Amino acid sequence: MTTTSRLRALTRHHLFWPVAVLIGLLLVNVPFTPDFFSVKMTDGHLYGSLVSIVLFGSPLILVAVGMTLVIATGGIDLSVGAVVAITGALTCSYISDQADQSALSAVFLAMGIGLVAAVVCGLWNGFLVARMGIQPIIATLIIMVAGRGVAQLITDGQIITINSEPYKLIGGGYWLTLPFSIFVVAVVVAATMLLTRRTALGLLVESVGGNAEASRLVGIRSARIKIMVYVFCALCAGIAGLMISSNTSAADGNNAGLWIELDAILAVVIGGTALTGGRFSIGGTVLGALVIQTLTTTIYTIGVPTQTNLVFKAAVVIAVCLLQSPKFREKVFGRKTRRKVTVPAQPVAPVEPAPKTEVSR
Amino acid sequence: MAEPRPVLQMTGVVKEFPGVRALSGVDFRLFPGEIHALIGENGAGKSTLIKVLTGVHSLDGGTITLDGESVEFTSPLQAQQAGISTVYQEVNLCPNLSVAENIFIGREPTRGGRIQWKRMRKEAAELVDRLGLDIDVAAPLSSYPLAVQQLVAIVRSVGTGDRETPGSGAGQAPGSGTATKVLVLDEPTSSLDRDEVLELFRLMRQLRDDGVAILFVSHFLDQIYEICDRMTVLRNGTLVGEHLVRDLDQVGLIELMIGKALDQLEELHEHQLHSDVGETLVKAEGLGRSGKISPFDLEIKKGEVLGLAGLLGSGRTELARLLFGADHPDTGKVTIGGKQVSMSAPNDAIGAGVAFCSENRRTEGLVPDLTVRENIILALQAARGWTRPIPASQRDELVAKYIKALDIRPANPEARVGQLSGGNQQKVLLARWLITSPQLLILDEPTRGIDIGAKTEIQRLVVSLSEDGMSVLYIAAELEEVLRLSHTIGVLRDRKLVARLANGPEITTSRILETIASGEHQ
Repeated sequence: MTTTSRLRALTRHHLFWPVAVLIGLLLVNVPFTPDFFSVKMTDGHLYGSLVSIVLFGSPLILVAVGMTLVIATGGIDLSVGAVVAITGALTCSYISDQADQSALSAVFLAMGIGLVAAVVCGLWNGFLVARMGIQPIIATLIIMVAGRGVAQLITDGQIITINSEPYKLIGGGYWLTLPFSIFVVAVVVAATMLLTRRTALGLLVESVGGNAEASRLVGIRSARIKIMVYVFCALCAGIAGLMISSNTSAADGNNAGLWIELDAILAVVIGGTALTGGRFSIGGTVLGALVIQTLTTTIYTIGVPTQTNLVFKAAVVIAVCLLQSPKFREKVFGRKTRRKVTVPAQPVAPVEPAPKTEVSR
Repeated sequence: MAEPRPVLQMTGVVKEFPGVRALSGVDFRLFPGEIHALIGENGAGKSTLIKVLTGVHSLDGGTITLDGESVEFTSPLQAQQAGISTVYQEVNLCPNLSVAENIFIGREPTRGGRIQWKRMRKEAAELVDRLGLDIDVAAPLSSYPLAVQQLVAIVRSVGTGDRETPGSGAGQAPGSGTATKVLVLDEPTSSLDRDEVLELFRLMRQLRDDGVAILFVSHFLDQIYEICDRMTVLRNGTLVGEHLVRDLDQVGLIELMIGKALDQLEELHEHQLHSDVGETLVKAEGLGRSGKISPFDLEIKKGEVLGLAGLLGSGRTELARLLFGADHPDTGKVTIGGKQVSMSAPNDAIGAGVAFCSENRRTEGLVPDLTVRENIILALQAARGWTRPIPASQRDELVAKYIKALDIRPANPEARVGQLSGGNQQKVLLARWLITSPQLLILDEPTRGIDIGAKTEIQRLVVSLSEDGMSVLYIAAELEEVLRLSHTIGVLRDRKLVARLANGPEITTSRILETIASGEHQ
């Protein structure tokens, strides 16, 4: 194997582009924040930009991992943001009703109630999609819209604040010098990988998403599989909901997890899972979520004016998506790789190189 | 014969897809004024070679020279501008527009931004006339049969150059006659009847005499011998030979294509149906679904091959789907091995040992994104449920065994199934069901659209499976095929099972055809 062919194999790896984009985005920060990569130990806790990216990105990673499986079956789940809000609202309102908000049993029970509510939402989504045959985008839109209302009913339209030390741990606490939520994310991601790749679930999910009719004719109980992934996705969103409400020690039915479904879908796509279903990559999704979170952090560190935040984010996302499109890469970079063969003189150039963005280099 | 300089030369062309080397160092040349056949089995690399030539796929290695100039096309448009026109099997024109508009679409004669309709019609008429066709260019394309539409597509592609303004025709001197140097015809005759084929051939000869180099791809060997001057044979992505048509007879050609002597293929024709047919395995009583197939009674014995004969749309597939639970029956019941099976979903039938290879491999059979290995184990895995994955070692062993037994190429379990040729996809589908050791194997058109070598292999497999005691329900449009393999032949007509014929010396294809025609048992 020559160096070039090895390089080629590397660039063809399905995680190459997400990794490259992530590294690129991280490097962009260095001129603005010279100690961007340094991690300091203060009070037995690790601090630094990298740690906070993972910390603040934790809920997104969870939601995106659940979303990955739903998308792999050819579906989509728009309700995750609302599920985040419902779970947080239920859990916090239960805790706030307790005399001793730090009682472990009460905190566990509260979390249990919140997660059961998330699972119920997932069952409802799965039922509508798999049993009733409703388009996933419509089926999950119901909870997306109604769920926020439910969350506000639970909190009476108020922001419920709580003061519970044990509950604070999940989204805001530290353990073994690291934010506790990193461990939660690690466990969920590892469990998902084991669940999908050590059992046949991953294969069956990819089969259902890759060709639904063929899967039916091969005897896969696809309705059951689909319900499972919607429940799993809602459960992940529920854990994210606990994390977000724990981090702020408050339940905000209106804003908790707002638009997180869109970031999650984006993370899945950046991670290399196609929206049409089929092949999925949990590792890619985690990278995709980190890319999104790094982008958000970068926007703050390089001082993009607040009002142009979203425009800047959109521009980078477009650039990332273009970079990942093989067609685009072939058009922009393709000809340079094979200089020896020339195209005959072509007065009308049919391929105009697309404008390059700063992150493409 | 003094050979002129080839207009097109491809040297050492390599094209790789993940896990598949579709072309490995193929040389190909095309001379002006010849009709050149590109021949090979499914999966030999014909389509890939054409797609590389016409800019659909990029090259992974090798060179292409056109008129002595090195070229590489990154889009079909570039190839067309350089003088390589392609007409595909399916006509890609706009049926609602007129013939003239279709011929000039995208390069209409204009003056000051306005289309000169009169001039366009006049030039179209001249072009059609020059090529000796009797077509009214003002009529909508859809008013002509498919064959004529195909001719219009050819007229369009050879007419391309005439309208190029000087300079835009990529490296060719302006006004040098027909700008199209190479015309690629990919399976143009597959949906034409004999007279239409003759008309196409007349047009091809005329273009050839005008100096156009024509690359002709066809599965019909007789047509190749009728029209072509030279042929290039591919096998497994490599060049096996370039011959003048008059130097190589059909037997020699087939041997080149499949890489083995033809008498091996003949073997099957003489095989005797084994008589070791056992007890009744599957019994359907009054099974039917309204609008699909009238209620029918059917028995399949252990080790029996039951062939279904009937015209397209006579209910062959519908019958098979009911027996598999792919469609829900309205009436009747099915017993398999003495036990009644509910047949409300494929799972019920699969649980009872029924396997079904659909005629629509791509839409109802394979998951194209998954690998060969994953597609092969899918049915077995579905039966085990998601919690009990097949252990890796056992899985790899099974997959390797069936890849070898069925000679699936490439023999790479990691290759994506969507990139395999039709015949190999069919084998993957067969392997998927064979590892579940079914009692009844339903094969709906297993040999359609696959080449002669794979066809014979699959038929031979059916024979050996039934000898081992597996029951097979075999559906094929070719009556000879059904007749050759089946112990019993069920004849369908108008969505009704009208007759059951025990195969024997007195049963011939014409006898079956009579039964289909008369609709009754004689």
